[in-house]
Amino acid sequence: MRTARLLALGWLFHFKMLTRSAFDGLLGVLYPLFFATVAFFMFRAGHDSRSLLYASLGAAVMGVWSSTSTSAGAAMQRERWHGTLELLVASPTHFSLVLIPATIAQTSIGLYSMAATLFWGRVLFGIGVSIVHPAVFVLSVAATVLSIGTAGFLLAVSFVRYRAAWALGNMLEYPVWLVAGFLVPLSLFPGWVRPISWILAPTWGMNAIRESALGGTPWPDVGMCLLLGAAYTLTGVLMLDRVLRAARRRAALSLT
Amino acid sequence: MSSLRIFFVGGLTSYRALFGFLTPWVYVPSLLVAPIFQILLFVYIGRNAGLESDEFYVVGNALQFASIPCLFAMTQAIAGERYQQTLGYILVSPAPRLPLFVGRALPVIGNGAVVSAFSLAVSGAILGIHVPTSSLPTLTLVIIVTTASCTGLGLINAGLGLRIRETAVLSNVIFGVLLVFSGANVPLRALPHWMRVISDVLPLTHGIQAARRVADGASFADVGRLTAPRR
Repeated sequence: MRTARLLALGWLFHFKMLTRSAFDGLLGVLYPLFFATVAFFMFRAGHDSRSLLYASLGAAVMGVWSSTSTSAGAAMQRERWHGTLELLVASPTHFSLVLIPATIAQTSIGLYSMAATLFWGRVLFGIGVSIVHPAVFVLSVAATVLSIGTAGFLLAVSFVRYRAAWALGNMLEYPVWLVAGFLVPLSLFPGWVRPISWILAPTWGMNAIRESALGGTPWPDVGMCLLLGAAYTLTGVLMLDRVLRAARRRAALSLT
Repeated sequence: MSSLRIFFVGGLTSYRALFGFLTPWVYVPSLLVAPIFQILLFVYIGRNAGLESDEFYVVGNALQFASIPCLFAMTQAIAGERYQQTLGYILVSPAPRLPLFVGRALPVIGNGAVVSAFSLAVSGAILGIHVPTSSLPTLTLVIIVTTASCTGLGLINAGLGLRIRETAVLSNVIFGVLLVFSGANVPLRALPHWMRVISDVLPLTHGIQAARRVADGASFADVGRLTAPRR
């Protein structure tokens, strides 16, 4: 019960902070819209305008990944800048319970972007998305946000010794947009790309959202999405223990 | 003489002081790897949409991405000083403003051109795009002119930074506007008329058009009009 309360309050606290940040809040919504606009124009001018519906859903989920890759990777670095990292690590609560709600809050900001992109596509490009399975769609979105949030947690832990974590997070924005099948079907890529996309939760989340919206069988994708999210969390917790132990031994947590 | 010294030495010193920006840990992922993936992203979207050739997106995005270093580094000319709490000292100093700030633009133009040329060369090699060797000097010139125009936008952004705190947000928004309006990915004929009017006043649009024609073998005389200052 205490853990659930900590996770919920941690998420709420970080979510409220992020909504008041021009960079994470406003830009988090605006930035993916530019890419969505370009994609809408390209598909509309292209040979197959039916792809617009495919692009609309893909562009909507792009923002969820953007919010995570650009900011969640630097979640620990941000605590370091605020001077709160040592205090949080020293607290009796396991540090992962502090970090996970922070990265899921980053991902949740992407929901604004998702709604804005669908609205943008509808109003400016006339792309109407009728959801075939609304309840499963909501579940698919929730599973996608959770699993991408845990991917953000894994990134944050992986980059703990890296001062410029934000730069590495930024770098991962385009590759995941590309290989997770947001705007391009995986069949267009060389065969070696597919195994990479299979270990990425956004790939399965995107499939689940498309299948539930357009009418298909989203459950296997939702299951894979949650399974990968659990794997990211477990890996992140194990890595975090190791990283913090090493940082304590060398007194190097602050990187000063 | 003093103005020349401020222009060259001051500009170079201020650029070298962008420690957080020039470290390989930031430079490589942000300015060398990211543009390659932006190019690949739009090449594959283009293939999926069946719109234009790979070369169209490679040239367009290689030049458009140069706006990132130009906008951010130039904006730091103001925002960075404020962050270091030295902006007040700079503004009250007797140093003439023009060489002081324009001098800082020179290394930014050079860096933007390097980023653009690197993206063009590497993504061209990955995707098998052939640019005639005889076109390379003209292409280099077009890249330099285009990055100079993006640096000009960065200077405007830096000026706005005197009044606006969130210069990083503004730089990202300008980057997004250039992505949509410059014709880097969407052929201008596919844009509505009012958007084409805006595209036409963006120097980047003309730089990209010139670079595409040069990559196809046009000479500088053929594209000189596109890169020249407009009346």
